[in-house]
Amino acid sequence: MILDAHLPYIFVGLMGLAVLVYAILDGYDLGVGILLPLKHEDKSDQMIASIGPFWDANETWLVLAIGILFIAFPSAHSLVLKELYLPATFMLFGLILRGVAFDFRAKVKQTRKANWDKAFKFGSLLASFMQGYMLGMYIMGFEHSLQAEVFALLSGLGVTAAYCFIGACWLIMKTEGELQQKAIHWARKTGWICFAGVLAVCLVNPLINSSVLERWTSLPFALFIWPIPFVSLCLFVLCHQVLKRLPLQNDAGCWVPFMIALFIFLFCFQGLAVSFFPDIVPGRLDIFEAASAPSSLRFILVGALIVVPCILAYTAWSYRVFWGKVRELRYY
Amino acid sequence: MEDVLLLSRLQFAANISFHILFPTITIALCWLLCFFKIRFDLTRDPVWMRAYRFWVKVFALSFALGVVSGITMSFQFGTNWPGFMEKVGNIAGPLLGYEVLTAFFLEATFLGVMLFGQGRVPNWVHTLATCMVAVGTSISAFWILALNSWMQTPQGFEMRDGVAHVLDWWAVIFNPSFPYRLAHMLLASGLTASFLMAGLSAYRIYRGDAKRAPRLALKTAMTFAAILMPLQILVGDLHGLNTFKHQPQKVAAMEGVWETEQGAPLLLFAIPDEKQRTNHLAIGIPNMASLILTHKVDGEIRGLNEFIGEHPPVKPVFYGFRIMVGIGMLMLLVAWIGSYQLWRHNTLSPWLLKTTMAMTFSGWVATLAGWYVTEIGRQPYLVSGVLRTAEAVTDIAPGNVLLTFILYISLYAFLLVAYIRTLLLMARKAVEIEEIQPHEHPNHRDNAPLAQGAH
Repeated sequence: MILDAHLPYIFVGLMGLAVLVYAILDGYDLGVGILLPLKHEDKSDQMIASIGPFWDANETWLVLAIGILFIAFPSAHSLVLKELYLPATFMLFGLILRGVAFDFRAKVKQTRKANWDKAFKFGSLLASFMQGYMLGMYIMGFEHSLQAEVFALLSGLGVTAAYCFIGACWLIMKTEGELQQKAIHWARKTGWICFAGVLAVCLVNPLINSSVLERWTSLPFALFIWPIPFVSLCLFVLCHQVLKRLPLQNDAGCWVPFMIALFIFLFCFQGLAVSFFPDIVPGRLDIFEAASAPSSLRFILVGALIVVPCILAYTAWSYRVFWGKVRELRYY
Repeated sequence: MEDVLLLSRLQFAANISFHILFPTITIALCWLLCFFKIRFDLTRDPVWMRAYRFWVKVFALSFALGVVSGITMSFQFGTNWPGFMEKVGNIAGPLLGYEVLTAFFLEATFLGVMLFGQGRVPNWVHTLATCMVAVGTSISAFWILALNSWMQTPQGFEMRDGVAHVLDWWAVIFNPSFPYRLAHMLLASGLTASFLMAGLSAYRIYRGDAKRAPRLALKTAMTFAAILMPLQILVGDLHGLNTFKHQPQKVAAMEGVWETEQGAPLLLFAIPDEKQRTNHLAIGIPNMASLILTHKVDGEIRGLNEFIGEHPPVKPVFYGFRIMVGIGMLMLLVAWIGSYQLWRHNTLSPWLLKTTMAMTFSGWVATLAGWYVTEIGRQPYLVSGVLRTAEAVTDIAPGNVLLTFILYISLYAFLLVAYIRTLLLMARKAVEIEEIQPHEHPNHRDNAPLAQGAH
């Protein structure tokens, strides 16, 4: 029996799931986009082929996350998006450019292909950076001060590095030979920038938000929070060690860095969630104030409970169909 | 506030106009692709696969443009129209949510298999994936039109403290105008996709493509259009009667009727003048509008003057309606003559080939004109009788909206040009490809090499 009082928890959980899955899935394909080497067409083709069948569905998780915010917490939706009007618009521009570039590059004249590759790369970069910037602004409670701006810009860099990192790990798993070597190199470089970013957020977040500091130093929250930076550190060190040894014979363990990256994303997400829950807009609005009418939430919940497992199932199936090293992409 | 209202409306109109171009193509094009794929599976004739391969690329490009322009919409509800969600979010939210859950993931995931999966999955799974994408696009249309129709003819709710609360979901979804609007839009999509297919195939033939595939696509598309167009006229008429019942002020603007009249004429041309509240240079067929709308020669049509302050701007609705109907009539003519020529002589006469080429994007114009009629026709309300457009608008600084508006229209103009140029380029490239090769036959290893010449 689901009580009305449970509904905000369920929907914030669903939204959290959508945001996390989005960050991981679109994270790797945005990362691959940013890493695109403009001068090597054969590598670009392979890299794009590795994300070809997935990027569209990956982006749908963003629509779902925004959709749940819109359905379940309408006042938070308009508050957040009004505060982030310009960065959100720029992010959309990035997503539009890269989304269409993906299709145009395969169909236009050879001379124009390089231009669409640029659109793909810089569109991915713009979208990633703006997502990080918006995350930074969100953590800072949409404050308009110099330190907030600086933090948001740093957060933009951090998220961009994190996407590049998980993108490189994806490529290690999906490619072989020279490109795989290159991807290992990228993963090592971006991994450390990404770690610096995680550390910076861990330090800055409690310092600027007194409620977060309180939480980080009080039981039982502290039990959930303190392991996060330490486990993340261990994961980064582990990843570094693995990357030093790759590639192994028969390509054993090529999937390990991607799994590690996935767990790093999971822990970082958990850290942010524990810091702010149950606020949906830090310091301003919590999930109970923002929730929409229970009858509407129940109506959509029925559908979500039936459909979300189906979505997960056919998403898993599609990853199985395109399992293994990337082959040339051909429209058939 | 006025500035933000105008800019937000313009920006939303630009976004949704650009967006609708692509779903209008993909909803029906995907069913045509299913048709090609199933015909291939049944006949094993590789020409169907050739047609599939060309059109699946057009589909992929159109779909990508539809997806990315659609994502912007989900943000703009919150950024530019916060009042919409505050007041009717309990209804709009779940309907949009069901669209994302039941349609977006289905189409996006199976699209990967449909585009790149052949050779990785059994043939029947690939055919199934194509059908799943088609089902997804149509489900998407179902939910979004349910919401749009509810905004036109709202029911099944009550207002508590200024917020709409649902009483009956069935009544909300199957509101009075929904079945007509859904059928009208699906048929519009069928016609838009058919004329795009006919037009681009005609262009290939015009450029000297003598292969079987473009001829087959031309014949298929022309035949579909010839069947769908009369259905569209029937559904359009029913939709008009439904609007006449529920939104008389919209019909009054469509017909240019100022004073309540018995036996109103059907105006073929006029210049409506909202200041003097009359028409100039009117040419019409006496009593015809009354006959169509009431099925009586002297039936009463309520005029705009009964709805002062509550009716839409007349000119765009009046002209939009005539553009839509005009293109529809032209489509009927071309589709019927074209089908006759193609089934009788297996070829189009040169002038009709050129006309078909010229009408490649005619579906876009008619669809946009039709949407302008129905959306502008709902003004000054966002949700008829419940929420005025001006009440829903944002309080963002007008300068920011102006900036994003300029950026959006520049980007959209650029993408539209790139899209059309790329379609034409793809058609020209296809002209150069050689005719079907022996290895394209599904069971070519069993065939003697000489037997291939037959095709």
